[in-house]
Amino acid sequence: MTNTLEYSPPQSRSGSRRAMLPAQLGPLIGLLLVTGFFAALRHKTFASASNLQVMLTQTAVVGAAALGMTLIIISGGIDLSVGSCIALTCVVVAKLLEIGAAPIVAVALGMAAGCLAGMLIGVIVTQIRLAPFIVTLGTWGAFRSLAKGFADESTITPDPTWINDLLTRPGEGHRWMLVPPGVWVVIILAVVMMAVLRYTRFGRHVFAIGSNEQTARLCGVGVGRTKIMVYAIGGLFAGVAGVLQYSYLGQGDPTTAAGYELDIIAAVVIGGASLSGGQGTILGTLVGAMLMTVVANGCSKLGMRNWVQEGVTGVIIILAAAIDRMRPSSR
Amino acid sequence: MTDSPTIPPRLRMQDIRKRFGATAALDGVDIEVASGEVLALVGENGAGKSTLMKVLSGAHAADQGSMALDGEPYAPRSPLDARRRGVAMIYQELSLAPHLSVMENILLGMEPTRGPIIDWKRMREKAAAGLAAAGRPDIPLNLPAGRLSIAEQQLVEVARAVAIGSRVLVLDEPTSSLARTDVEHLFALIRRLRAEGLAIVYVSHFLEEVQAVSERFTVLRDGKTVGGGMTAGVPAAQIISMMVGRDVEDLYPRSRREPGEVVLEVNHLAGLNEPQSVSLALRRGEVFGIAGLMGAGRTELLRAIFGLDPVRSGSVRVASYTGPASPARRWNQGVGMVSEDRKAEGLALSMSIAENLALSHLPAIPSPARLDTAAEPWLGRLNVRLRSPRQPVGDLSGGNQQKVAIARLLHHDAQVLLLDEPTRGIDVGSKAEIYRVIDELACSGKAVLLVSSYLPELLGVCDRIAVMCRGTLGPARRVCETDEHRIMAEAIGSAPLPQLHSI
Repeated sequence: MTNTLEYSPPQSRSGSRRAMLPAQLGPLIGLLLVTGFFAALRHKTFASASNLQVMLTQTAVVGAAALGMTLIIISGGIDLSVGSCIALTCVVVAKLLEIGAAPIVAVALGMAAGCLAGMLIGVIVTQIRLAPFIVTLGTWGAFRSLAKGFADESTITPDPTWINDLLTRPGEGHRWMLVPPGVWVVIILAVVMMAVLRYTRFGRHVFAIGSNEQTARLCGVGVGRTKIMVYAIGGLFAGVAGVLQYSYLGQGDPTTAAGYELDIIAAVVIGGASLSGGQGTILGTLVGAMLMTVVANGCSKLGMRNWVQEGVTGVIIILAAAIDRMRPSSR
Repeated sequence: MTDSPTIPPRLRMQDIRKRFGATAALDGVDIEVASGEVLALVGENGAGKSTLMKVLSGAHAADQGSMALDGEPYAPRSPLDARRRGVAMIYQELSLAPHLSVMENILLGMEPTRGPIIDWKRMREKAAAGLAAAGRPDIPLNLPAGRLSIAEQQLVEVARAVAIGSRVLVLDEPTSSLARTDVEHLFALIRRLRAEGLAIVYVSHFLEEVQAVSERFTVLRDGKTVGGGMTAGVPAAQIISMMVGRDVEDLYPRSRREPGEVVLEVNHLAGLNEPQSVSLALRRGEVFGIAGLMGAGRTELLRAIFGLDPVRSGSVRVASYTGPASPARRWNQGVGMVSEDRKAEGLALSMSIAENLALSHLPAIPSPARLDTAAEPWLGRLNVRLRSPRQPVGDLSGGNQQKVAIARLLHHDAQVLLLDEPTRGIDVGSKAEIYRVIDELACSGKAVLLVSSYLPELLGVCDRIAVMCRGTLGPARRVCETDEHRIMAEAIGSAPLPQLHSI
């Protein structure tokens, strides 16, 4: 007989609740340790204010998309096509600028394209009842091909606008911003998402669906509608990431962001989300995304070769998942 | 009926019929429950209880027949629709979202909000009221539901049913995984809810419970209502004979048999926590029972013998073999085990019956036709009710699933059978068939080690019984030299709370 069948006295419960605290802090402690490690070894190059800015900028694209991915993974889903979706919006923005649209229109329509792409995934997942893994394996290729078709298989380079400055250091007179405006956008969106997940009925229903979809349906949660919303928001954030990617590249490249989906999913998982749903935090995701940037940046500052960096990142992903297994499960 | 004839009953189901293909799952069922009444619904697995409950809860639509709630026609289109009309179900498999808090689970789908924002204050108040109605205001509202014990999770479901204002509450085998003290709490709660005017349908295999908690009972057999009446004063044997349609005098067959040589010898075996230094000797042609409370370490003992759990000290000898243990080695030595948790551990539910049967020694290239032919004699011998051996085993009723799990050991020709709670949560008919097979196996010289929490079963089936208490195993006694009181006394030891699953 397992012990779960027995009455557990209240003392042991509060004990286990205390044990949850380090679990949420886990990725953050990891980030601090890794940062401290590199800072100790390369305090001049790594620990400088300018390098910190560089790292934040490097995290912005993956971080923005990972916010949406957190929502998708909490609901028990996955989106493998997020990299393709970033490329698609990046190209849409460039194309619109090239034909003379106002930058704000290009940004809005680019994000709308991402949102529509996500909504399409949500509709297929809920209406045709296919596994999100399969649906997004399909859209992974489809969105990429759409981006290539849109850009006529070449790179679009429109004239620079303010969009190109989203990820550059704030100029004279804007020093008070400390970090580029694109980074602020990601931070503000993260705060909004935290509030949505914690305080809105929609947010709690996303957790409920990921935790036990049948129960959610039985209790009258609009499972289909909620899931479509989840993927649409995921697409919207991929759109934000696409705009930032365009800003970073200064051009619409249909082959950009290939393989980003894995970095984005890894950020969410390092942040403590469970791929089987019901678990995950926005803060954890941001820390996960930052951790990967810090490792890559720190390794290069130490003069390590690229393959070493990739290996270290791989080890960290597995380590994070292993630590996650050790913490008290709510199952 | 206690009500005057002018007041319609809370729930009436009349002449309900439902066919699946060629088989009639429900073939004219009538039940009635009044407000403030507990109706026990009994019947073997496959008698139609779960189909009837699915019709009631809106998961299936009946082909024929009518239902009425408080005199108004009731035809739910979905489980959600049924809940809105006030019919709540609590299934054996609890349906909570384990990651969400207790409070969120109680109010899932009906969260109080201001615009899109959840009103946590009102949520807290409503959830606390629900828990108070379920008799457990001390359960912390913020705790993730997955951290509660099974008994507490069940109460959270009751709190949910109360919070949505249910009129009819259906409890499907609610005690199958509860300790005895929790069962008593549950019964007290049922009486309180009844006093508040709920109509309660109580589905159970345990006739002792039916007698303890219900006013009336209805018996289903082969999709029909075959009997019923007031529970008080009706002997269990009479209900059983209605359920199976024949008299069950020898529910527990035990042929005369001579024990042979020792095939399994356990010497001072100790696991990481439990067992603590257990010794026993199991002979051919013998059924050896292990009694005890939940958490006494009986399952852990079987797992340690079978090589599933690490062993700290001690030894296990199977025939002449004394080396290290692993489940694969044990199977090769002719030892087979049936897990207490057939859904999580015992069976691969989505695989076919034939594949499950052959899983312990699947050929490198299994041909479905050969698997079917190999499986059929065993399925026949255990009387498994199935459409085809290629059907997923998860489609079968609990009793038939358990028979497949046992048939695997027969198919493997296991000489030593470790059976952990083989009859838990299954119907009387399937139980009788499993007892018959255990007897046949022992007569043909196999050795059976049987862990059970159900004392009549142990006393009826075993040759010798030993009692486990807090990780240690007491002396083995011949079944004629012991009785329920003695076993209970040994099982409780000096523990303050008796927690026997069922006596």
